[in-house]
Amino acid sequence: MTTSSTTPATTPVDPGAPAAPADGAGRLPSVLAASLARTRMELRSTLRQRDAVIFNLAFPVIFLFIFGSVFDDDIAPGISFTQYFTAGMAASGILLVSFQSLAISIAVERDDGTLKRLEGTPMPRAAYFLGKVGLVVVTGVAQLAVLLGAARLAFGVPLPVDAGHWWTLAWVAVLGAAAGTLLGIAYSSVPSSGRSASAVVAPVVLVLQFISGVFFVYSQLPGWMQDVAAVFPLKWLAQGFRAALLPDSLAAAEVGGTWQLGTTAVVLLVWTAVGLVLCRTTFRWRRRGDR
Amino acid sequence: MSSDSDTAVRVRGLHKHYGERRAVDGIDLSVPRGQVFALLGPNGAGKSTTVEVLEGYRARTAGDVEVLGHDPASPSRAWRARLGIVAQTTQDLSDLTVGEVVRHFAGFYPSPRRPEAVIEQVGLDEDARTRARDLSGGRRRRLDVALGIVGDPEVLFLDEPTTGFDPEARREFWGLIQRLAAGGTTILLTTHYLDEVEVLADALAVISRGRIVATGTPGDLAGRASAPAAVRWHDPQAPGGVREELTATPTALVAHLAARAGGEVPGLVVARPTLEDTYLRLLEDS
Repeated sequence: MTTSSTTPATTPVDPGAPAAPADGAGRLPSVLAASLARTRMELRSTLRQRDAVIFNLAFPVIFLFIFGSVFDDDIAPGISFTQYFTAGMAASGILLVSFQSLAISIAVERDDGTLKRLEGTPMPRAAYFLGKVGLVVVTGVAQLAVLLGAARLAFGVPLPVDAGHWWTLAWVAVLGAAAGTLLGIAYSSVPSSGRSASAVVAPVVLVLQFISGVFFVYSQLPGWMQDVAAVFPLKWLAQGFRAALLPDSLAAAEVGGTWQLGTTAVVLLVWTAVGLVLCRTTFRWRRRGDR
Repeated sequence: MSSDSDTAVRVRGLHKHYGERRAVDGIDLSVPRGQVFALLGPNGAGKSTTVEVLEGYRARTAGDVEVLGHDPASPSRAWRARLGIVAQTTQDLSDLTVGEVVRHFAGFYPSPRRPEAVIEQVGLDEDARTRARDLSGGRRRRLDVALGIVGDPEVLFLDEPTTGFDPEARREFWGLIQRLAAGGTTILLTTHYLDEVEVLADALAVISRGRIVATGTPGDLAGRASAPAAVRWHDPQAPGGVREELTATPTALVAHLAARAGGEVPGLVVARPTLEDTYLRLLEDS
């Protein structure tokens, strides 16, 4: 504060000329405009944490390299574990950028006062959530592109073979991200503070990764573990991505004997609906006890 | 209730209970438009709870409340656009710069002030490209004020705005608040600094344990202006060499002393109870 004496008491009274035209009050910004503004701020804020951005993009690729090197057997003639694992990591990535990053960041923002500050402005409430959605879309696409690109270039994992398989990849990603986003927003109310958020959130996706056919081949897991995993979205997300990335002949190796795309869509939609209900009924704009 | 046009804040019988605990226990307030009104009280007296009810953050247990003619319990966007809120200590917005944050928040209001003008007004123009996390405590608080006023509010809430400031920063901050008040903004200030109240407030209420124990202006709080004055002067015959008399007519006493001394009265001091004396007495009595 030693150099802050730049505002002597003699500064003329200047209420700051209103930017709006003088011929009448301006209008409140639309939900769309406010949501786009929130998305820009979310992205800007995220990109400023450059170390975190690089790590988050590189992390799945590093995992791909490690697992691809350790498990170099083919899971089927001509199909490497890396190929299987790419689908699982892509699915995990969707949950990481939606569920995990939102549950942590919203818990932190609730704790540090961001939410309370926004609540005190005329910002439409929906804009905060739509800004998060915008962030998930951009980071999800970026992460998926880096992962699939690295898998293709470094490990020779083929991309989806035709438009139909690309379409499968797209809708599975969108439904998975929708469920992950809403569940992440809802789960953000679980940690008691911003500091405990990572510890409370991170194990969720990690445990799901072990039981949902990401780190291990799903059909080789114990039956009870498969049954537990089948309740949660990650198993279906990973299976949907396998349908997009692996040859159709491998469907027979799945537990159900097919890709079960219809069931995948239903499960992810149900979780999206559950997330929406939980958000609407349990979301808090302020810290616990601040009421 | 009278029209919205001349009263900014009107509170009747406000209660806020948390189970058995009565954080606010029956408060009446009326703040005319354009006034700087201070809520003064020790920590935990119910100042912030009261203000957060007015800001639309907290639901009340009982009472009638109007801010700009609206009930804060059902806040609308249009109503929020007419308020500015500077809450207690914040730690958010860390990775964004001052300029980005102020422009971003300006975008939520129907007729915002020009962000660059606001940044200059709070004295942050040199820090427009500084990230919020890199601002010192006092400058960080100016950013909070910038966000509070960028919507061109009719009522500005300042909740303990200068806690943790060094003396120079506090004086500068006072200047900023005085300029806003001169521009016609109604300001509701909570603080536990008496000098701040004395410099800034047109009127004040003292809160203790959820109740208002006195209201007035800083100059005449609880009959302070007409309270007996202490007159002290040097008198070699008095114990300690100083005499003190409490009197309702200090002018007459001083005239008498001057006549007796035949000129200057040595070591003369005439003291009314300070705002601090009065405040502490009020808290003791309550």
